Amino acid sequence: MAAVQETVDRVRAIDVDAYKYGFVTDIESERAPKGLSEDTVRYISAKKGEPEWLLDWRLEALRRWVTMTEPTWARVEYPKIDYQDLYYYSAPKQGGGPKSLDEVDPELLKTYAKLGIPLVEQEILAGVERPRVAVDAVFDSVSVATTFKAELAKAGVIFCSFSEAVREHPELVRKYLGSVVPPTDNFYATLNSAVFSDGSFVYVPPGVRCPMELSTYFRINEKNTGQFERTLIIADKGAYVSYLEGCTAPKRDENQLHAAVVELIALDDAEIKYSTVQNWYPGDAQGKGGVYNFVTKRGDCRGARAKISWTQVETGSAITWKYPSCILRGESSRGEFYSIAISNGYQQVDSGTKMIHLGRNTSSRIISKGIAAGRSQNTYRGQVSAHAKATGARNFTNCDSLLIGDQCGAHTVPYIEAKNAETVFEHEATTSKISEDQLFYCLQRGLSGEEATALIVNGFVRDVLQQLPMEFAVEAQKLIAISLEGSVG
Amino acid sequence: MLNVKNLSVSIHGQPILDGLNLTVKAGEVAAIMGPNGSGKSTLSYVIAGKPEYEVTGGEVWLDGENLLELAPDERAAKGVFLAFQYPVEIPGVATMTFLKAALNAQRRARGEADLTTPDFMRAVRGAAASLKVDPDMLKRPVNVGFSGGEKKRVEILQMALLQPRLCVLDETDSGLDIDALRIVSEGVNALRDAGRAFLVITHYQRLLDHIKPDVVHVMSKGRIVKTGGPELALELEKNGYRDYSEAAA
Amino acid sequence: MSVHSLNVKTGAEAALAQQFAALSPSEPRRAAFAAFERLGLPTRRDEAWHYTDLRARLTEVAALAPAPDAARLEAARAALDVLPRLGGMRLVLVDGRWAPVLCDAPPSGLTVVPTPDAPEPDEAVVALNIAFAEGALRIGLPPGESSVEIVHLDGPGAIFSRLEVFVPARARATVVERFEGATGETQRNAVTILGLGESARCDWTTLIADDAALHLETRRARLAGEAALNDFALISGGALVRRQLDVGHQAASAKIALSGLSLLDGTRHADTTLTLRHAAPLGQSREYFRHIVADAASGVYQGKVIVSPGAQKTDGAMKSQALLLSPTAQMNNKPELEIFADDVVCGHGATVGALDPQQIFYLLSRGIPQREAEAMLLEAFGAEAIERVADETVADALRERLRAWLKGRAA
Repeated sequence: MAAVQETVDRVRAIDVDAYKYGFVTDIESERAPKGLSEDTVRYISAKKGEPEWLLDWRLEALRRWVTMTEPTWARVEYPKIDYQDLYYYSAPKQGGGPKSLDEVDPELLKTYAKLGIPLVEQEILAGVERPRVAVDAVFDSVSVATTFKAELAKAGVIFCSFSEAVREHPELVRKYLGSVVPPTDNFYATLNSAVFSDGSFVYVPPGVRCPMELSTYFRINEKNTGQFERTLIIADKGAYVSYLEGCTAPKRDENQLHAAVVELIALDDAEIKYSTVQNWYPGDAQGKGGVYNFVTKRGDCRGARAKISWTQVETGSAITWKYPSCILRGESSRGEFYSIAISNGYQQVDSGTKMIHLGRNTSSRIISKGIAAGRSQNTYRGQVSAHAKATGARNFTNCDSLLIGDQCGAHTVPYIEAKNAETVFEHEATTSKISEDQLFYCLQRGLSGEEATALIVNGFVRDVLQQLPMEFAVEAQKLIAISLEGSVG
Repeated sequence: MLNVKNLSVSIHGQPILDGLNLTVKAGEVAAIMGPNGSGKSTLSYVIAGKPEYEVTGGEVWLDGENLLELAPDERAAKGVFLAFQYPVEIPGVATMTFLKAALNAQRRARGEADLTTPDFMRAVRGAAASLKVDPDMLKRPVNVGFSGGEKKRVEILQMALLQPRLCVLDETDSGLDIDALRIVSEGVNALRDAGRAFLVITHYQRLLDHIKPDVVHVMSKGRIVKTGGPELALELEKNGYRDYSEAAA
Repeated sequence: MSVHSLNVKTGAEAALAQQFAALSPSEPRRAAFAAFERLGLPTRRDEAWHYTDLRARLTEVAALAPAPDAARLEAARAALDVLPRLGGMRLVLVDGRWAPVLCDAPPSGLTVVPTPDAPEPDEAVVALNIAFAEGALRIGLPPGESSVEIVHLDGPGAIFSRLEVFVPARARATVVERFEGATGETQRNAVTILGLGESARCDWTTLIADDAALHLETRRARLAGEAALNDFALISGGALVRRQLDVGHQAASAKIALSGLSLLDGTRHADTTLTLRHAAPLGQSREYFRHIVADAASGVYQGKVIVSPGAQKTDGAMKSQALLLSPTAQMNNKPELEIFADDVVCGHGATVGALDPQQIFYLLSRGIPQREAEAMLLEAFGAEAIERVADETVADALRERLRAWLKGRAA
């Protein structure tokens, strides 16, 4: 019985204390008035000094949104959200857009340092050359800093906050905004279209291989604030870019809403690699608080031989509703989705992907690893479809689920739709618990139960971890161990 | 019997064979040796008519027949047999059913009557016994769950049963232990005949200790670069393929 | 979710209401029809009907088939005389009604009685069945071994039948259920409620070889501890076929095997949707379905395996494989797992594709012509599903159907 008590104590001890990003930054903010109306939208647009066309675009989305109902098909449960009880815009009070690093509020720089995100352009550290990563930091509703801009500009790469892109590159924004995720797409994407505040913009010109990893770091700080960022990445013909996204939020008792939209466009022979490590606050051990992560991410392989690859490590959020997808329009284009989704406590994950094969000889690959612990529910939901004209379409899907403990659930809901004979779709899925034999073997060699579990889980997700850029992979591995703490007795 | 003239072949736009010339006479055992990637397996597939290979030039004749104009099954009926390097697994089709279908299809194509079941069974049992293939194995689906050695033995069994004129053996020695190699070689040797030709493709000399070739061709970068007697194989065993890779460059 | 928020009846729904109004049914049947009116015909917005929009497809409702008269029964007898037997005692329903005069005398211990009992009208197709069927037939199988052949001999019109079958503890039953006689004017709605007692075993094989315009078949089976059900269905006919199975076990150590083969050509559409409920520990389930889809036909497979909390040591495996033979053939697969217990091993696989070119080439290289090679591979593909049928006589008959279908296609 002593062992049982020990387990109970341990489980009690972990909960939110494992979430090391839960601090609040004390900084003065200015916010839009609470609630959502045309006035809110006008306020946001005016704050950003947007052109008329963009304001109209937002208002159109808002008019559409009020006629829509929140989707209910996902396996997630939460109390009804009062959309009038939220703030839709919050910015550190210091005025407008991004500036040089020296001018950024030191409080903010400290926040990012604490989060392990260097907002300094350090190239050589103690004589060791580190791989360089350009960072765009988004704090609540605005981008506060973007690093390495000058160097990127030399290569012709545009990497800036979304607001800046609207000012400096309106023709590109106007051409591509909403061309992958139309403002009418779904409830959350439409809401985002009306009130999105900031986000990142990337354009890589023809034939250019972006000289460094690009990264955006999202942080929700303010109370009762929704975060609605918008990311738009365009890889022109023959271009290549690798983009990383990280997210955290303070521990708060209320639920915070995050409804982002990410659009990727890859033209002929271009490649976009998009990696996410999502570690929004998951809520406490009783399921109180945490981020509602309702995100629409979609890539369009618009050109021949284009390639879009999504990699995600999802450990945070109270609720995750997210299906990074690929429209395989260009002939011989390719889509990939690599996912690790870990849920513990009372977390609910409903995530997966869509691979829509429209062009000839398109191919896609899905590797999904779901791990459910505690009292969480973890669902993979995926769609693979081949249009009648998509002859030669190929998909391979592998989705495996691991259950740790008998209070959680792991679910697999694939839709596999072939509309022509020259399609080869293969799908396999397994659900099991950690093998007793493997555990025993590790324990016998002296590992603790938690170490052994982390080790085995890391092996289980290895195929996906390998897809992450090096620095992220190490971080992700640690994150996996942290999120599973207390899941074994 | 086999006459390959100036044959060029590519796959997915990648050229593999580049103006290859080769003649194999009736009654002859010709060995083709060469480094990996020299195009040996491609040659065997093109002779058998595998669809994804694109012949960009040249001709392949089996006596009076232009093989390149024939479908794979028609070539088989004319007496072309390929012992695959990787025999294909066909779940659900019993080996026995498959053998009977193949044998009778070839007989029909040649205007002969189907073999009666007792005659067929006798022929299969005889071939199985000489190749030490357990008759129970023939009830199982084609190549499914067979070991590497079993697959190769069943390939030779098919050859013995179908009595082809031109036997192409593609790396038949790969994956065989010494006993299996001996059994397979004996099976091949038993079929040597004045009216039959063999094209033995191999990377290593050791198969040729068991199946003595009359002629040895060395292949590199899609062509035959040297032809000689059995002593050439021994020389290759000693010196490797380095000289030939450079010679063709 | 209010699917029919506009509450506008389709022509078919209105026609059904008219037909029902002309009857003088019992109270439970009235309740069932009321339930149907609330539910409406299922649409693709109902997750279980995602790929078969019955509301859109059912444009005309056939008139209710009348109870068979003497002439109809005579014609049925003639048809039965030339129908080779595939099982023991023959039990016959003509146009959905029990026809005792055409049945074999039941062996001792086997009982057949009409019953007004009905399940809950919780689903539209079942609700329609309860509303329109003139009661159900209760079949009690004897202890020990038994073999029954159930023949549905159906003519034109809307036909509703419902069977309740019980296999007592430790009994071993073989059932062959055949749907025969239907034509393009037949709309069929058949429901089977099957119960297996402790350690009972039932092998149930269904043959759908006739050509109904609409074939709706619902099977609900509940197994007691250590019982075993081996269910197989061959679908080789019918313009619009929907088989919906709901199978589960409430006590430990049940074994469930559900399998089938669909042979689809022309513009046929066949939908197999099943839910498998592991509600107790140590259950084993195997789903194994194969589909050959030619021409402009379309196949659907939706399989959901639910492992309830506490159903530890569940061992589940599901596989659905389809071969598409034409550029316009379609296949939709949705193999689903819903798992709430941790000590389980569950997996599923689904493949869709054309015949393997490597295999074709291997056969060609041995001298077997293209068409013959294809037929050989297709027959092997189908035969691997038929292997799940334990009874050799029945399996032979199924293989014969498969060969005939392949031959019909080649011709």
